[in-house]
Amino acid sequence: MDLKGLYREIVNEHNLRPAHKGDMENPDLVLRGVNPSCGDDITLQLKIVDGVIEDAMFSGSGCAISQASVDMMADQVIGRTKEDAIKLAGTFMGMIKGEIKDEEELEELDEAAALQDISHMPARVKCAVLGWKTMQKMLEHPEDAENISSEND
Amino acid sequence: MSRPEDYRKDFPILGKGDYIYFDNAATSQRPNAVMDAIKDFYENSNANPLRGLYDWSVDATERYENARKTVSDFIGASSTEEIIFTRNTTESLNLVAYSYGLSNVEEGDEVVISVMEHHSNILPWQMVTKQKKAKLVFLEPDEEGVITPEEYKSKITEKTKIVSIGHVSNVFGITNPVKDIAAYAHEMGATVIVDGAQAAPHIPVNVQNLGADFYAFSGHKLMAPMGIGVLYGRKKLLENMNPFLTGGEMIEYVTREDATYAELPHKFEAGTVNAAGAVGLEAAIKYLQNVGFDFIEEQELKLTTRMMEGMKKLPYIKIYGSSDPAKHSGIVTFTMEGVHPHDISSVLNDDHVCVRAGHHCAQPLMQFIGAGSTARASVYFYNTEEEVDRFLEHLAGVRSVMGY
Repeated sequence: MDLKGLYREIVNEHNLRPAHKGDMENPDLVLRGVNPSCGDDITLQLKIVDGVIEDAMFSGSGCAISQASVDMMADQVIGRTKEDAIKLAGTFMGMIKGEIKDEEELEELDEAAALQDISHMPARVKCAVLGWKTMQKMLEHPEDAENISSEND
Repeated sequence: MSRPEDYRKDFPILGKGDYIYFDNAATSQRPNAVMDAIKDFYENSNANPLRGLYDWSVDATERYENARKTVSDFIGASSTEEIIFTRNTTESLNLVAYSYGLSNVEEGDEVVISVMEHHSNILPWQMVTKQKKAKLVFLEPDEEGVITPEEYKSKITEKTKIVSIGHVSNVFGITNPVKDIAAYAHEMGATVIVDGAQAAPHIPVNVQNLGADFYAFSGHKLMAPMGIGVLYGRKKLLENMNPFLTGGEMIEYVTREDATYAELPHKFEAGTVNAAGAVGLEAAIKYLQNVGFDFIEEQELKLTTRMMEGMKKLPYIKIYGSSDPAKHSGIVTFTMEGVHPHDISSVLNDDHVCVRAGHHCAQPLMQFIGAGSTARASVYFYNTEEEVDRFLEHLAGVRSVMGY
């Protein structure tokens, strides 16, 4: 898919009408992710119950690809265990780096697999992976993320 | 009368495909004359200049020093001793900050720059003022991008030791009143440094007339190769400064414990120099002089006027800086409602239009104008009205691609 097709068919819907944008009440983990060179700036918020991501939301601003990618990610990780979500992030980043091309493996990503063509657009790779990287970081190192509910407890 | 088409044939890259190159403020393209000069240097005169006693080295030295003379005449310096070759404007400004700033700014003093500066004219002064416990003061432009006399007279005071200011802004394209600012700064006893990176390719520069104590610019924005830049400094100031980098070729005499330094300008050119780059810069200056600043300014104004008029017809576009195209130096910085600048640039790239998007290495200015990032189209004399029309057509299509 060329870039214009990608915008029209996938990105615009999530960018203009995101399902998971906003501020969550009492999130368990909060982490800000920034691409300093382009100004993409998101704050990802996760609600985690018994090791399962019960809800994911994001706030902030950035280009359409960064915003759409994080919204699509939220669709995919809600309902998954932390471990599963970390593994999925690995698959997504592998796809964007062009290292994972196996269709069966990419099926796991569902709609997020539509961003595969970003692997041919090096200037936009950072935008596409921002949300996934931020989530991976907060799940692998929750001590670095703001642990809001425990602060309130 | 000249036309851009007369010159386009000299630039091989401009003949490749249907690309519209509108990122000239980041770097210009290079004509054959420049690339031929570099090749000729390596094919016919290549030896380490300033060292060897044999023909080739003598020849390389002569070509390197001829380039220095051309640069000296180009900016109206009073002698070639005042011209130091560097890698780029960034290195030139760092040289001044380290070798002049750190020795002449003391605790409680003030350094004045503007909020419009490129990071290369901000960070060196943050370093100096932090290290010396001095204060960094920012001049701010009005809504048209102008630094008014009231503004600079209120901020440049007897406490000011250094005023370092961009000649032409890389975001607004506006030419700052450097001559007036320099005169006032000198009255207050300050030293004046001018970042000419965005000016030297577009307007005639005379450092003495301007009142610049130091003037920095890069070759690559005026058609020379990347990796060659210039620092002009008044001889009296340069003579009293310590070297920036030390090592080969900048010495007079070295013992195990000590060294004396070479004469100007070699004191500031440690290590093997970029002689081929300097030769390329000389070729670029000669090419530029042949085109002439009259034509460059006329063509840039024609293109900028057409571009700004076309953009005004798109109500969702906001242009930054002056409303007068004559005050843009070929640079039009803009945002599009609802569309991030990176998406603008990516969509335009799909149509083979090259524009810059981001913070343009001027984050304090982005914060000042309240934009996280912006898009920037910048033209040079080899761009055409037909290119501007095609750019405007593609620009008008961006919002529909983005789902509006």
